[in-house]
Amino acid sequence: MRTCKANVVVVALASLCCIGAASAVEPGERLADPALEARARGLSTELRCLVCQNQSIDDSNAPLARDLRMLVRERLTAGDSDKDVRAFVVARYGDFVLLKPPFNLNTLLLWLTPLLVLGGIAALIVPKMRRSSVRSSNQESQPLTAEEEAQLERLLRLQTSTETPKTKL
Amino acid sequence: MIIEIGHFALLLATLIALVQTVLPAVGAWKNSSPMMATATPAALLQLTLITISFCALTHAYLTSDFSVENVWANSHSAKPWLYKLSGVWGNHEGSMLLWVLILASFGAAVALFGDNLPTTFRARVLSVQASIALAFLLFIVFTSNPFLRLDPAAPEGRGLNPILQDPALAFHPPFLYAGYVGFSMAFSFAVAALLEGRIDAAWARWVRPWTLAAWMTLTLGIAMGSWWAYYELGWGGWWFWDPVENASFMPWLAGTALLHSASVMEKREALKVWTILLAILTFSLSLMGTFLVRSGVLTSVHAFAVDPKRGSVILVIMTIFVGGALALYALRASKLKIGGLFQPISREGALVLNNILLTTATATVFVGTLYPLLLEAIDKDAKISVGPPYFNMTFVPLMIPLLIAIPVGALLPWKRGDLTGALQRLTWAAIASVVVILGAFALTRRGPWLAPLAIGVGAWVIFGAIADWLTRVRAFEVKPDEVLRRARNLPRAAYGSILAHAGVGLMTIGITATTAWQTEIIKAMKPGETLAVAGYDITFRGVAPRRGANYQETVGAFKVDRHGSPVLELETAKRLYDMPRQATTEAGIYASLAGDLYLVLGDELQDGGYAIRAYFNPLVRFIWLGAVLMSLGGLLSLSDRRLRVGAPGRASARSPAPAE
Repeated sequence: MRTCKANVVVVALASLCCIGAASAVEPGERLADPALEARARGLSTELRCLVCQNQSIDDSNAPLARDLRMLVRERLTAGDSDKDVRAFVVARYGDFVLLKPPFNLNTLLLWLTPLLVLGGIAALIVPKMRRSSVRSSNQESQPLTAEEEAQLERLLRLQTSTETPKTKL
Repeated sequence: MIIEIGHFALLLATLIALVQTVLPAVGAWKNSSPMMATATPAALLQLTLITISFCALTHAYLTSDFSVENVWANSHSAKPWLYKLSGVWGNHEGSMLLWVLILASFGAAVALFGDNLPTTFRARVLSVQASIALAFLLFIVFTSNPFLRLDPAAPEGRGLNPILQDPALAFHPPFLYAGYVGFSMAFSFAVAALLEGRIDAAWARWVRPWTLAAWMTLTLGIAMGSWWAYYELGWGGWWFWDPVENASFMPWLAGTALLHSASVMEKREALKVWTILLAILTFSLSLMGTFLVRSGVLTSVHAFAVDPKRGSVILVIMTIFVGGALALYALRASKLKIGGLFQPISREGALVLNNILLTTATATVFVGTLYPLLLEAIDKDAKISVGPPYFNMTFVPLMIPLLIAIPVGALLPWKRGDLTGALQRLTWAAIASVVVILGAFALTRRGPWLAPLAIGVGAWVIFGAIADWLTRVRAFEVKPDEVLRRARNLPRAAYGSILAHAGVGLMTIGITATTAWQTEIIKAMKPGETLAVAGYDITFRGVAPRRGANYQETVGAFKVDRHGSPVLELETAKRLYDMPRQATTEAGIYASLAGDLYLVLGDELQDGGYAIRAYFNPLVRFIWLGAVLMSLGGLLSLSDRRLRVGAPGRASARSPAPAE
């Protein structure tokens, strides 16, 4: 695969184990009970295909993904709850198998990032805004400095010398 | 011979880039006009040389010159000419050459049209732009040279990855790169402004159009990639939160924020310091994207583009530019004068909210993409995955308030706003959105209950865009002929933002509908059998082999009926390319605005039947239609008279802008 080096978003996706991933869930795999099958599909989208890159077992046609799909359906048929199934798979493969990482010490920063950044940026910008809104009441009519005065005059001169009659847009 | 000319031109361009980096910078420092004046011819010469270089490589591809190693490794004589052409950038070396070609074009644009910029400022911009080019030209020459010969020449090439042999993908990289690299302009301007220690009005008037152009092409580039993934990967998905996708999405998000904060700066001279930081961050994320994809750190499980040496060189380049710019920012930003003042409830205030949310979203995608890597670097055993569920849970809640705020923000006046007034003008839009929500509930009656609400949010954005227009032309206040006159005189930039926002709304509706209400049928079928999906009856006619230009395919034929009357014949195929031997799926798609009927031929089963998947993806076209509208909005805005007047070569005086 050394030839495949293009920087295209999707090549990475496609050069996975799963080119033409058209045949992910096979007709024969499906459970007869529609409610159970729906739960199986839901779970499948949350579990990672371990030999693929960032693909769920629901999307992948890799043999290992297929095995895992079968396993999920076996457990569901045996009466496990969704939580049980997840716990069972994690016990076997570790947190790596979960596409939605669990909330624990390792992932604390990951899950808190949106809140921290939101707060941080707001703290950075909003006080400046408030300060300026306070100042706006008494500073708006401050006289121009000599330098600004000169600049204004220059601009005005420029404008009158080059101004053209307004044309149609 | 032509290849050697290309090679030589590349080396010369590197030298010129060095000259263009050093002389104007020293000139600006010593205030020496002759030295600063070297920047213009250098920038033009650099573009000429890189163009020659690029044309030489293109020639080698079009004539299938397999004495060039790069052509041999990535092309094949039996390929259609379009893919011979796109093969130029369908590989690492060639795509880097395209990267510097676009970079040099942007630099030359400053050289040609930048007469109205202060002399020292212009010299610094061109110097910074050339330093980026220098870094990447050195990278190409020493680690990724596309002009190396193969001795003896090979009789036939190894072929282009079939996945890339597709019209949408042929032009996906140039658009993506034009976007990535276009942000270099904002970066060079930001660094030059920090070096100067001041920014004047010309800054935003220059930066905004170029950012707009970059943003527009990036939008199209990402949309093309997504569209391609939709019809090619064969399960109707259109976005996967894949690290490589995220790499292009982060600059887009930051670029969108930059576009909005630059408009505040242009109109009101506020948010200067923040805009500078955003300009630096946006291009840094573009470099980051290049690094992530090129180094293979994110795709280490697979042998994709993995070359540690190249990766570490890009990492060094990135560290120098990002680190240098941020250090400069830390040193100098406090010196920049804080500009215009405004109340929190105002157009500026709304755009600040836009910036806070978009930047947080960018940071979320950034952390989500890199977290597994960082965690593993700290603790070898701590392996986690961050997949679509994480991004959906964090990204979507950030976007909802943003979407809801768009119509309100667009109706608030600058400086000091009247929230009640804006909301009053949006009353009808709010009522119409509620009607849409109720309608969506009544029509679907299945799927997640949040989905109709999200459809309502999309509708709100679209109605808001209409309300924006109605307010600007004073539709309810003045006579019809006056409305018409106002509609004609409304600046194109206003139409641009209205159109782009409507595109956002359309995309929201498309994403929601296809995610919430997709129908999927998976069935083992034998010829003659029929399946029903979303009101269509699909009869499997059977499969037949067929020979294409450079592939062999198995074609499944289907007859599609609706309510007993025939609609069309649809084909879906599995292809096997000759060189390299690789399989692809060609989905059969019957597209309409209401939704796509999407058929995929699966494997042959033991009993002689085939695994057939049929999907109905409601309103899925709205996603790409929305993206196209957003880009068109950008284009319209770019054609605005105000920007053309601000542009180069003409008077720097602004004609009186029509009231908005």
